[in-house]
Amino acid sequence: MIYIIYIALGFMILGLFFASFRFIKGPTAGDRMVALDTLTTILVAGLVVLAYIFQRFIYLDVALVYAVLGFIGVIVIARYLEGAL
Amino acid sequence: MNTAYDIIGAILILIGSIFLFLGGLGIFRMPDVYNRLQAGTKATTLGGMSTILGIGFLMVEDYWGWLVKAIIIVIFIAFSNPISSHALARAMYKRKHYPLIMSKDENMDAYREVADKNQNKEETI
Amino acid sequence: MIYLILILFLLVLIIGSAIYAVVQRDLLYAVIATGVISLVLTAVFYILQAPDVALTEAAIGVALTTIIFIITIRNTVRYESDNDKKNKIKKL
Repeated sequence: MIYIIYIALGFMILGLFFASFRFIKGPTAGDRMVALDTLTTILVAGLVVLAYIFQRFIYLDVALVYAVLGFIGVIVIARYLEGAL
Repeated sequence: MNTAYDIIGAILILIGSIFLFLGGLGIFRMPDVYNRLQAGTKATTLGGMSTILGIGFLMVEDYWGWLVKAIIIVIFIAFSNPISSHALARAMYKRKHYPLIMSKDENMDAYREVADKNQNKEETI
Repeated sequence: MIYLILILFLLVLIIGSAIYAVVQRDLLYAVIATGVISLVLTAVFYILQAPDVALTEAAIGVALTTIIFIITIRNTVRYESDNDKKNKIKKL
């Protein structure tokens, strides 16, 4: 267990804070969707880091499923905004 | 923690987490939706791929499955992140929400007139 | 210590997104806030050592709920009406 993991978790918490502030403040729907996409990618990396801290191999499956399914919501809302759903 | 795999993994995790933080900061500071899309998608893609590969290199001596599953997650991130970015930029452009122009160059005047006229016309986005 | 900060931040984000989804008059923004709630709830289940529940939440909350709500908004209206008598909450 090396200590650089905790520094990485601190940086990820700061990134989550700024992205969630843009989600509350953003003037259009596109800004909120960009914030949701950024939150998804940061949380996938955070889930893998937590799987290393817990020392469980099977916990990587949650991050795998989230990386596969995470972009479907963004694509559906983008097609609705475009008017082609 | 003296082997070569640990040093490679630690350097990759540090670079990746700094890029994730810079992606979050860029999405907070940038002035337009297209600039936010650049900062929030490209920097975050590099940061996530680097961090996940670093975890795979840290645990490859205990069990080799960690590196294989990390490479699979990296492949899925490399497929899914540009797709969502492209769909968002295309949707915002189809709704006539044109990019913000801040330069003083006189070659951009015609485009600026079109953008301002269409930007004032729409009521909500 | 870092776990305490992480769990506190995630719970505050869940409660803030839920209040935002209730108060907001534009229903599309409320659907995006629902996506943020299920996204963060996955991480909370994961930290509390329940990966199977997190797997189910990630599969249902992200894909299925968003698609059903967006199809509903497409077939009805996007904005909540102002002169509804049952809405007691003021517009933000």
